[in-house]
Amino acid sequence: MTTKQLALVIDLNVCVGCHACVTSCKEWNDGGSAGPLSDMNSYGKDPTGTFFNRVQTFEVGEFPDTETVHFPKSCLHCEEPPCVPVCPTGASYKRAEDGIVLVDYDKCIGCGYCAWACPYGARELDPTEKVMKKCTLCVDRITDELLPPQDRQPACVMACPTNARLFGDVHDPESVVSKAIRERGGYALMPEWETRPANQYLPRRKTEPKA
Amino acid sequence: MKPAWSVILLTTQIGAAQGLFLLVFLLNIFKTPPREFVLVSCAVSLGLLISGLIASFFHLGRPERAWRAASQWRTSWLSREVIVLPAFMGMVALYGLLIFFEFEKNISIWVGGVAVLLCLALFICTGMIYACLPFLQEWRSPLTLVNFFLLGTASGLTLSVPLAVIAHPQFVGPLALGAFALAAVAWAVRIASLVRNARLRPKSTMASAIGIAHPRIVQKAQGFMGGSYNTREFFHRRPDLLVRAVRWSFLLLLFPVPAWLLGWGGGSLATFIAAFALQFAGLLAERWYFFAEARHPQNLYYQAAS
Amino acid sequence: MSLVSAAIKEVKKTTCVKTTTCYMCACRCGIRVHLQDGEIRYIDGNPAHPLNKGVICAKGASGIMKQKSPARLTRPLRRKAGSERGAGEFEPISWEEAFSILENRLRKIRAEDPKKFAFFTGRDQMQALTSLFARQFGTPNYAAHGGFCSVNMAAGMIYTIGGSFWEFGGPDLERAKLFVMIGTAEDHHSNPLKIAISKFKRAGGRFVSINPVRTGYSAIADEWIPIRPGTDGALMMALCHELVRTDLCDREFLARYTNAGYLVNVDPASDSEGLIACAKAEDKTNPFRRHDQLWWDLSSGRQVQNHSDGAEPALEGEYRLAGGTPVKPAFQLLRDRLEECTPEWAADITGIDAEKIRALAREMGRTAREQSFELPIAWTDSWGRKHPTVRGNPVAFHAMRGMAAHSNGFQSIRALSILMSLLGTIDRPGGFRHKAPFPRGTPPVYARIPNSPDAVKPNTPLAGAPLGFPAGPEDLFIGPEGEPVRIDKAFSWEYPLAVHGLMHNVIGNAWRGDPYRIDTLMLFMANMAWNSSMNTAEVRRMLNDKDEGGEYKIPFLVVCDAFESETVAFADLVLPDTTYLERHDVMSLLDRPISEFDGPIDSVRVPVVPPMGECKPFQDVLVELAGRLGFPAFVNKDSSRKFKDYADFVVNFETEPGSGQGFLIGWRGKDGDKALLGEPNPDQWKRYAENNCLFHQPMPESIQYMRNWNQGYHEWAQQMKLRRHPDPIMIQIYAEVLQRFRLAAKGKGPSARRPPPHLKSRIETYFDPLPFFYVPLEVQCTEKEKYPLAAITQRPMAMYHSWDSQNAWLRQIHTHNYLFVNPRTARAQRIADGGWMSVESPWGKVRCMARYSEAVEPGTVWTWNAIGKSPGAWKLAPDANEFTRGFILNNLISDRLPGPAGGISNSDPITGQAGWYDVRVRISRA
Ligand SMILES: Nc1nc2c(c(=O)[nH]1)N[C@H]1C(S)=C(S)[C@@H](COP(=O)(O)OP(=O)(O)OC[C@H]3O[C@@H](n4cnc5c(=O)[nH]c(N)nc54)[C@H](O)[C@@H]3O)O[C@H]1N2
Ligand SMILES: Nc1nc2c(c(=O)[nH]1)N[C@H]1C(S)=C(S)[C@@H](COP(=O)(O)OP(=O)(O)OC[C@H]3O[C@@H](n4cnc5c(=O)[nH]c(N)nc54)[C@H](O)[C@@H]3O)O[C@H]1N2
Ligand code: SF4
Ligand code: SF4
Ligand code: SF4
Ligand code: SF4
Ligand code: SF4
Ligand SMILES: [Mo]
Repeated sequence: MTTKQLALVIDLNVCVGCHACVTSCKEWNDGGSAGPLSDMNSYGKDPTGTFFNRVQTFEVGEFPDTETVHFPKSCLHCEEPPCVPVCPTGASYKRAEDGIVLVDYDKCIGCGYCAWACPYGARELDPTEKVMKKCTLCVDRITDELLPPQDRQPACVMACPTNARLFGDVHDPESVVSKAIRERGGYALMPEWETRPANQYLPRRKTEPKA
Repeated sequence: MKPAWSVILLTTQIGAAQGLFLLVFLLNIFKTPPREFVLVSCAVSLGLLISGLIASFFHLGRPERAWRAASQWRTSWLSREVIVLPAFMGMVALYGLLIFFEFEKNISIWVGGVAVLLCLALFICTGMIYACLPFLQEWRSPLTLVNFFLLGTASGLTLSVPLAVIAHPQFVGPLALGAFALAAVAWAVRIASLVRNARLRPKSTMASAIGIAHPRIVQKAQGFMGGSYNTREFFHRRPDLLVRAVRWSFLLLLFPVPAWLLGWGGGSLATFIAAFALQFAGLLAERWYFFAEARHPQNLYYQAAS
Repeated sequence: MSLVSAAIKEVKKTTCVKTTTCYMCACRCGIRVHLQDGEIRYIDGNPAHPLNKGVICAKGASGIMKQKSPARLTRPLRRKAGSERGAGEFEPISWEEAFSILENRLRKIRAEDPKKFAFFTGRDQMQALTSLFARQFGTPNYAAHGGFCSVNMAAGMIYTIGGSFWEFGGPDLERAKLFVMIGTAEDHHSNPLKIAISKFKRAGGRFVSINPVRTGYSAIADEWIPIRPGTDGALMMALCHELVRTDLCDREFLARYTNAGYLVNVDPASDSEGLIACAKAEDKTNPFRRHDQLWWDLSSGRQVQNHSDGAEPALEGEYRLAGGTPVKPAFQLLRDRLEECTPEWAADITGIDAEKIRALAREMGRTAREQSFELPIAWTDSWGRKHPTVRGNPVAFHAMRGMAAHSNGFQSIRALSILMSLLGTIDRPGGFRHKAPFPRGTPPVYARIPNSPDAVKPNTPLAGAPLGFPAGPEDLFIGPEGEPVRIDKAFSWEYPLAVHGLMHNVIGNAWRGDPYRIDTLMLFMANMAWNSSMNTAEVRRMLNDKDEGGEYKIPFLVVCDAFESETVAFADLVLPDTTYLERHDVMSLLDRPISEFDGPIDSVRVPVVPPMGECKPFQDVLVELAGRLGFPAFVNKDSSRKFKDYADFVVNFETEPGSGQGFLIGWRGKDGDKALLGEPNPDQWKRYAENNCLFHQPMPESIQYMRNWNQGYHEWAQQMKLRRHPDPIMIQIYAEVLQRFRLAAKGKGPSARRPPPHLKSRIETYFDPLPFFYVPLEVQCTEKEKYPLAAITQRPMAMYHSWDSQNAWLRQIHTHNYLFVNPRTARAQRIADGGWMSVESPWGKVRCMARYSEAVEPGTVWTWNAIGKSPGAWKLAPDANEFTRGFILNNLISDRLPGPAGGISNSDPITGQAGWYDVRVRISRA
């Protein structure tokens, strides 16, 4: 518990569903050192491809009491990642030093078993390279000493115009993410499976008119 | 889940092979059947194991790296299976060879005994691959293991009947009776698991998936429209009607149909082959359904494009 | 992954970073382009850019895929002889051939009748150049996309408060406490608005969204108020009613900074009925605009010139001037007008509870009053009064096309502007803030357009700007019979205040020969055969239609585009443009810069990769053509070419010789040490490139607020040539300009010009100097029972108009579009969620797929705009989902409305704004 656990905290109170985090993630991971990420039928029927981060939209309630919730989701870097122990090759692993869950593309046999073991649908088998891929928490940005310090952040975090994506060490009680979780009631997805996702979500908060 | 033919073929074939081997080994200890019967059975069992293994390769994106899959036996049931399956195959082969060269019975019993342990371990590994995933509630049950074991052994036994017709006709009657009985048990247990699964309440809901406590949450956009790995791999996308038809067909094919052929089919080689073939077809349907029935919680996140 | 760090070092060694400005949309964020061996590897936001502060959007981050689009045009193309327009059959030609075709054709037109060349541009960000080109050519037939986009917003607000939302001003969310957003999905200020809204919410501000649909920004609003489309005018009027009734107006602000206290002649018999009474004092500050209007001074009980020392203007009552003329303060007239506009009245129209309207008005009024604050910034107003502080009434608004794109939009937006003025939030902290070059006059009268056909002469530049702001019938660009001079009929009696032109009328009018035929139509960056036309199918037919002689009714169509759009297929000549990463561009103060509240900012693009194939920047094409055709501003005395290319032009062009005013404001002067004005600096591009491609000139704090009436600001702005005259810009609670047109329709008033008989009542009705609500024109002439639903579109955040379906990443997000329908509405027609359905207007019918949504008002259906595509375009495969499942609503929208004299454009009767969101439909299961 005392070692580092890097994670994203997603603020649903300000996410407008713009998809900036989606394509900047794609862009970074396509052109970066771990790329490319495949795209199939790019200009044809049912275009499909590998993305590490998706922004979804949900409607809660009935008209006129409707909330529209934009909901970004990438790998949650679980503290008890069910995807890791099931991997037969050791390609899936959780880094001891910072808690990032990664796939070693050179070891992966593309059996898909880890994806079965992820309740969140966070992994995607790259149809061209036939190995399992997923959010790396931009490990190749955040640890790249050649980048200026302010750029050592995940691509999606830097992209997000509403700053709805906070990044930091959830084990450090003084980090922005820990504070946000504490102060804003951060919560985990599907707590019923005890995966203890490192990524957490901040709920909507309503400002009522001053009486 | 989306049924994967490679995995369906793997599990059904090795199940039958395991059942067949268990049977001959036990017969060989207690009843000493003719050598030919043992040899043929070992050969058939081995054949099924090999073809199952080959089928499984089609499930891999990178089959050339398959050897790596043996490394994580400490944590991964899949890795364990990957170790146990070839070991079992090796022991079956060795056992066959020992019988073929008429080695000392003690040794062959020891070897066979190890093979049996591996066989049981293989049942456990295969079953646990599915049963160990907590959120696939349909699979998360001892019944998964029991089913894999019973259906495998029952189909192995059914398979032994036509083999006995060729190699050791005296056994046909008792074997048919045994196959009948085991299939009946397997069938009953499989029905029990259907009943259990029908009663399951998914633990994950829309509310727990996105963490908003509200009874009415509907996805409007999953974030992409042309489909992705997550929309293809975790849901069969077949109409309900088909899924139900598959269920009825395997319920008929696993027991009533082969039972009728075994008991009242006239006892010809052809009917026994038909009994096995139909039961095996039922097994394929059963395994297909096994996947189709399992509702992966990740699907909560992939419901609507717009 | 173990290889990651080695790989990083590998990549880094060969990477270089260049900054430039994004143009995946009109927002113009700063970007960093990371190149490896000359190839683009990664594009991210530039943290040093004031607009986006390092963030980017979905489109911006997909720029790389646009660069790789298979739909790129790479060579000049000529339509194959004998092939039909629209078939898209072309043969490549050389640039020299392309230039000579253009040169010959244009030279002839220019020598005979320059009107026959029409030049219209879509999502153009270089109107400073394109309008100069048109003007120098001598044609009046020029406009950009504003007329079909949001001219109602621009005109409605500029004619009222001297600035506007859109790219000219915006909400100060840093200091606002209440933010009301009306009819906005995404808008031009994409990233900055997102940054601002999230900060605002985090700081505890309250965000209310008024929109028939809850998506995007509205999703995170604290309160969503669904409204029936086209009815915002009624809501605004009711809100004003409540503010006035409960006396929650900022009366001090109204009295001093608006024309609320100006005395309006209310004598129905008078020739000056409805005009504002003046002192007949000579006003030296602006010869074009009087500033001697009268107040009724309550302290002395007499008429006085406005802003007389010690005077206290009456806002209410009725008075008689010395000569006996009955007058009322403008505010009294507004009160009279608002009398009937009760919340109950508006509730019936808008579908919003009267109680909710009352609560909203109360919240606005009380927030403005009770949370108001003073900033310790001293300033002096136009009348010399010194103010130790600047006051903020922290209620901010933002509105866009949800209000604008209706044929009653101008008046609704006037109502909104007046609501904002009642709250006292104009150019004050926490309210609406201008951005340079705004504020300008209400209207900016010196931007003169020609007012007679004589302005168009062969081989001569147009005598005036092709676009401007009419202040009365005298400014209309019409002939002696009142006939329009422009092909789009802008500034005619049909659309007198069409300040952005009516691009959506061009193809139809040219095809009908109404008011005349043209020869060559040049379209730049506009997809008029698809997305920017109403009644798209019909427009495509018109483009391909021939007269009896077998000649196309629009004889020659030149399209400059970077991609194979639907429109390109119809071109006779295709000019392949560069992309935004391959050219120089200027976001100039002469056009629409990226200024912030605190001062002007202009910005540029610089090429970061070479042009693909034979692509040529369109600006270079224009500069070349202008040189070849010998336009005065583009040639030297000896008629040799003055400018090598656009980059050269930008550096050396001055608005007038020696004016020191050019396209760019940064690093002017020989040594680059001057800002805004100064001689050309040959190093200017370099300086911009070294400085994140922008120049920011913050103004002293004392002139950052209250700029309509800020003496210091006016002096500075005049010095910097942002304004001609340092006169105060009065908020037009009562718009006298409109009354001038109305008087003409009544056969009265100072102008001898009279509208033609069939337009008389139209002018009289709609040119009301006080805001009012009326049912949009198209709705007026649609059978409500047959077509009960409103159909609207909105922008998806991850797509720009029609041009991103070629983008491999963005098209995965929006591959085709659904019609979003409230489940109650859909179920009544037995339409299933995800099922096929028909949607039908009086003008057309399309098949589409339904998506249930609880986030839409039940009387409205909507879809994402421009996702559906025409087969053959954008290099998409024939079975691409855009064709097979996508649709565009434009096929259901009419460009014409039944009316006298062969119908009239489906546009706002005042500004000519296209009425996109007025169409009514019915739906059924398919
Ligand atoms: N991503 C992206 N950004 C863009 C563009 C793009 O194509 N893609 N286009 C750019 C351009 S050219 C423009 S003009 C701007 C336009 O920016 P917006 O004005 O934000 O664009 P629209 O999509 O027209 O949004 C209109 C909104 O008004 C609502 N609406 C419709 N009718 C009514 C009504 O009667 N009353 C009210 N209250 N609301 C109504 C709609 O539901 C919708 O939410 O966006 C610019 N930004
Ligand atoms: N139904 C409906 N219709 C609408 C609207 C609506 O809300 N609803 N909105 C309207 C509004 S506000 C607008 S502004 C219009 C926009 O409509 P258009 O101005 O037609 O905009 P686009 O569809 O983006 O087409 C612009 C063209 O520019 C091309 N292009 C892109 N980049 C470049 C470049 O670098 N150089 C050149 N030369 N060409 C380039 C693209 O390929 C495309 O063909 O749509 C209008 N149409
Ligand atoms: S979200 Fe899924 S893939 Fe990521 S760590 Fe958790 S279980 Fe593994
Ligand atoms: S797909 Fe790759 S990472 Fe996943 S379990 Fe199989 S080998 Fe491991
Ligand atoms: S952290 Fe990096 S890899 Fe993960 S979602 Fe963000 S951009 Fe993608
Ligand atoms: S970039 Fe930020 S605001 Fe946009 S969808 Fe992602 S998390 Fe939401
Ligand atoms: S908002 Fe527009 S200009 Fe800014 S990054 Fe996105 S596409 Fe580019
Ligand atoms: Mo627009």
